[in-house]
Amino acid sequence: MGATLIDVRNLSIGFAARDGAMLPIIRNIDLAVREGETVGIVGESGSGKSTLALAMMGYLKGGLRVLSGEARFRARDTFALSNRALEEIRGGDLALIPQNAGQALTPTLRIGAQMEEALRLHSSVPSAGRAWRSRELLAQVRLPDPAALLARYPHELSGGQQQRVAIAMALAGEPNALLLDEPTTGLDVTTQAHVLELLRDLASRTGTAMVYVSHDLGAVARVCDRVVVMYAGEIVLDGSARDVLRAPAHPYARGLIASIPRLDIPVLPEAMEGRPPRPGGAGAGCAFAERCPLVVDRCHSQRPELEDRGGGVRIRCHRAGEEVRSGATRKRTIPRQRRMDGDGRELFSLADVSISYARPGFIDQLLGRTSAGVPTVDGVCLSVVRGETVGLVGESGSGKSTILKAIAGLVPPSSGTVWFDGAPLDSHVDRRTNMERRRIQLVFQNPDASLNPRHTIAEILAQPLRLYLRLDAAAIRERSVALLDRVRLGPHYLERLPSQLSGGEKQRVAIARAFAAEPEIVLCDEVTSALDVSVQAAVLGLLDQLRSENGTTCLFVSHDLAVVRALVDRVVVLYQGRICEAGPVADVYAMPSHPYTEMLLGAVLEPDPDHAPVLLGEDVVERAPPAQGCPFQRRCHRKLGAICETTAPPSEESGGGHIIRCHIPREELARLQGAAPASPTRRTSSGID
Amino acid sequence: MLRLIVRRLLLGLVTIGLVVVLIFVAVEALPGDACTAFLEREAQGQLLENCRKERGLDRPAVARFAGWLGGALLGDFGRTASGELSIAEIVGTRARNSLLLAGVATLMGIPLAIFLGVVTALRRDRWADVSISSLAILAMTVPEFVTATVLLLVFSAWLGWLPGVVLVSANAPLSALLPQIILPVITVTLVLTAHILRMVRSSVIEVMSSDYVQMARLKGVPYWQIVFRHVLPNALPPAINVVALTIAWLLGGLVVIEIVFNYPGLGRLMIEAITQRELAIVQTVALILALVYVGVNLMADVLTLVFNPRLRTMHGRER
Amino acid sequence: MTAASVPAGRSLFRAAELIGDILSRPSGAIGLTLVALHLLIALAAPLIVPYDYKAISSLLMLKPPSTAHWLGTDHIGRDVLTRTLLGGREALLVTTIATPIAVLWGGFLGILFGLSGGWLDDMAMRLVDAVLSLPKILFVLTAAAVLGAEPIVLVPMLAFFYGVPVIRVARAATHDVVARDFVTASRARGHSRFDIIMREILPNVRDVLLVEGAMRWSWMLLTFSSLSFLGFGVSPPTPDWGLMIKDASPVMSFAWWAVLAPIAALSTLIVGINLSADALAKALGIDRAQKAPV
Repeated sequence: MGATLIDVRNLSIGFAARDGAMLPIIRNIDLAVREGETVGIVGESGSGKSTLALAMMGYLKGGLRVLSGEARFRARDTFALSNRALEEIRGGDLALIPQNAGQALTPTLRIGAQMEEALRLHSSVPSAGRAWRSRELLAQVRLPDPAALLARYPHELSGGQQQRVAIAMALAGEPNALLLDEPTTGLDVTTQAHVLELLRDLASRTGTAMVYVSHDLGAVARVCDRVVVMYAGEIVLDGSARDVLRAPAHPYARGLIASIPRLDIPVLPEAMEGRPPRPGGAGAGCAFAERCPLVVDRCHSQRPELEDRGGGVRIRCHRAGEEVRSGATRKRTIPRQRRMDGDGRELFSLADVSISYARPGFIDQLLGRTSAGVPTVDGVCLSVVRGETVGLVGESGSGKSTILKAIAGLVPPSSGTVWFDGAPLDSHVDRRTNMERRRIQLVFQNPDASLNPRHTIAEILAQPLRLYLRLDAAAIRERSVALLDRVRLGPHYLERLPSQLSGGEKQRVAIARAFAAEPEIVLCDEVTSALDVSVQAAVLGLLDQLRSENGTTCLFVSHDLAVVRALVDRVVVLYQGRICEAGPVADVYAMPSHPYTEMLLGAVLEPDPDHAPVLLGEDVVERAPPAQGCPFQRRCHRKLGAICETTAPPSEESGGGHIIRCHIPREELARLQGAAPASPTRRTSSGID
Repeated sequence: MLRLIVRRLLLGLVTIGLVVVLIFVAVEALPGDACTAFLEREAQGQLLENCRKERGLDRPAVARFAGWLGGALLGDFGRTASGELSIAEIVGTRARNSLLLAGVATLMGIPLAIFLGVVTALRRDRWADVSISSLAILAMTVPEFVTATVLLLVFSAWLGWLPGVVLVSANAPLSALLPQIILPVITVTLVLTAHILRMVRSSVIEVMSSDYVQMARLKGVPYWQIVFRHVLPNALPPAINVVALTIAWLLGGLVVIEIVFNYPGLGRLMIEAITQRELAIVQTVALILALVYVGVNLMADVLTLVFNPRLRTMHGRER
Repeated sequence: MTAASVPAGRSLFRAAELIGDILSRPSGAIGLTLVALHLLIALAAPLIVPYDYKAISSLLMLKPPSTAHWLGTDHIGRDVLTRTLLGGREALLVTTIATPIAVLWGGFLGILFGLSGGWLDDMAMRLVDAVLSLPKILFVLTAAAVLGAEPIVLVPMLAFFYGVPVIRVARAATHDVVARDFVTASRARGHSRFDIIMREILPNVRDVLLVEGAMRWSWMLLTFSSLSFLGFGVSPPTPDWGLMIKDASPVMSFAWWAVLAPIAALSTLIVGINLSADALAKALGIDRAQKAPV
């Protein structure tokens, strides 16, 4: 390891509250990064990790101020540097790869102009050679056809391409240190896996130091040698990736890792109750004391120091010296209770449902043209038994949410029927009976959008009660309190507005609202994807408990394969609105699989330094499904040939209802995949015991 | 992109069609017509009927509409109630004068507004911003005739620096008009600048806080390059629509300003026409102002399309 | 801080909270004080004015401010203070009646079109565009000239022309709200259209309309006083700021008090309303700067 590049000393940054008090976002950060080192900074939203990363570049977001300490780069305090000196360093020796490249690229400048700018400012490449160098950089981040790309505007690129361009731009100045601020958040799993491999490769090949900020321990595990865990603006744990991920010595880190759903452990993850203190609300003691399972009196009164425990490990915990790890024997998470209520009778089904979103434009209408587009969702058949939980998985654009909306009667299918309890449902929600609507309830992805900001929680919960059950005011209140209690919120929440609740609390209210109708089926649309991982675990647990107590059938849409694995009985894999594979969850997650499922499973990250994702096929984004043949033909790594382009694959069913829609016979798939390293019957890495 | 522009132009045509009908109907709805106004107290019996026959006012409304529209398309707006003068001629001269006033003000106002808008945004909450922005709010909110009167009071009556009321005939040559219009132009420019400045300021502030400007800083792009390469190309196009609306608003505001300065433009013509119940002139002026409004907005929309790479490369579909 | 919630019992509390929020901002405090002062004066003026507003005196023509006449006298010897105190009543009367009417009908139609969409919405928007492109002032002037500048004429005229742009604003706000998940959720539960409009959409559009109303008010005042200034509005001897400015401007080079008094009165009222509207918009979390003067 080389000399120290970045050296943050006792840095505190905060903002002024309305009453003038300074509230710290990050507190007393000490962190040094040496040449060639890859450091991950992990923490949940609000932990101050992005603020810390930007501070390393001498940058503060609006309203923030340095309260104490300094952030040095090559022994110079970045906050004391002149603008000229900072401009020299930023994008040059120290470059940032931003969180959302789509928004971090200037929309009015072509990619070529932005690359040229980076080279002009931070390299010695003469103007004549910059176009050539730009192409070289784009090729280096494995973007196809760099020359054509230079003439494009940012919005014409897919999310993954934008992220690669941002990486190429950061490399223009041949930096010695790269700061990465959630560089893969918001990307699809397969794209994310590709971008991470690229970064990993860069780090090892060029020896660039990296500071990788993320909430995703799986991503950090893939790229970093060292991991720093932040909580409520403090570093609580610092150590090698292996130490932190395998044997986390701090109770928060332990809880965080335990709350991550794992592909290889099909149980619900363990939830961490409570929420982090607000800025300035940590009090005199340990910021984690309120939520800590190991809390003792001292934790409330005295703030622990970040102690060096040797071997490169630093920890901020009063109980770190004691035999904490034995005291923390983690309750093995209870396997999910499967309560397939009784009769095994079909509750509802989709019969050959197709949905077309594309509406003809104004001019088309004028000219009498109808849209000749391929339907967004095509020929989906699905049968769900009472009491069952079925997962719909796929990347963005797979039509999984659209199918939920069709079931709810919000998007009428262009053909096919939704059957419910033996009778066809009207395609339009307005024409269904009140009883039919009561029995089907929907929970949305983002509780910020699905709860009316002008209504109190009482009002929100009262709506289904009044509408379906026609209760009077007293009964509504009584029932609302009971509902809140079931989602573990106190009755005092009734008077609050959604804006006064945290994300997890809001989603609990949304779930309570759905269950208020006493539904027979609950449609869950990415219900945890907007939440932090520890909060996600709690919400998943709650959902599962409510579901099993009420015997409710559940349709669970998610892009997260591990979450689905933990929660559902059966799973349907969708690509571009077409079913690729369906069946009991254990069968689908085991080989043989449809090549698309295989690709998805291969791309899943685990919070385990020894787990390597398997990249299959190219990272391309399709905007529309092919008109005929197999929907996956263009990305398939096992494509046979012309047959895949012309003929829709047969659905081959094995016993137990496991369906694979592929031209390759099941036995052949099993043979191919058995040989491939993508086998999901991987060694159970016991990172949490 | 081409489709979007064509679509926008078609919508503009629909609006123009509706405007023409609306203006005709609105004037029809008023009690009395050219003859009752011309004949005043004698407007009754045979005299009125003859007058109406002479001017074709006895035809059904649809026929008169067709006649009016047909004439208007050929640039013939009929004659004044007294029957002596060609409306097209009168309105033409006045329109030229108003155009001079509005044109000079726009040419001065838009660059000034953009400059001040950018300055206030970049110096946000510093004294330069606070003082310029406060002045702008004052100029925006206070009625135009108040601004005009105060300017007249200060610069003409008290200080005597500038000529006050305009004392030339409507068809005076431009060379005679120009030195007279300094104060009116200042007034119009002031109000125009205030509106556009506010919009430019908020647009620049919004872009300055965008992810890509933050990223530009973190890429080490020097400040002025950020402003000119990353901020302005993104901040100015959204202001185009407001510029258009402000110019269109100006047409109404001109009425009052022209009266204060006794300036022989469309606005004063309008007041004269209303006082003399020359509804045909009112109709014509209304039509011209409405067409300018639609035209300017149309231009703004097309320009916005052209400047926005997102829309430029988009194929088809809704706004 | 975006205030509280809907149920009727709460609205008073919410209003109080909102006013508190507005007053806590400097612009709001100044603005609301100015507006309140003007309203108070308009109501109490007949009781407190020192002179008869139509008392003419050839002896008192264009006297500068003195202890007897604090703001001097005008060109026919009337007390300027008296006339300034009374000069906003007609304007305030007409505009405070016309504003709510404009916001209500414009808001109603805007929400309706926003919800209905489709061809009805398309047609209505073309019509709105057409009306917006008509020179408002010309039509109001003509109507006032032909039909008389009585409140019975002016209120509907102003309410009509200032209600049309409200349609657009309300429609856009409705579109924004309708696309939100909580409306979708409500539809999926099967609430009636009426319920959805009243419970989900209206509370969210209402804030936008509130700010819109404040701005319409100030623009109506502007138009009203322009009308008087051009000689088509309030008829003499009724005191009115626009008319006073018109009457005093020929003599302003030596009798500045006669013109500055009504200018100050009118300006403070309009600036007051605008400051209040700004603070209201901020308190409700609505960006006002991006609005054009339609």
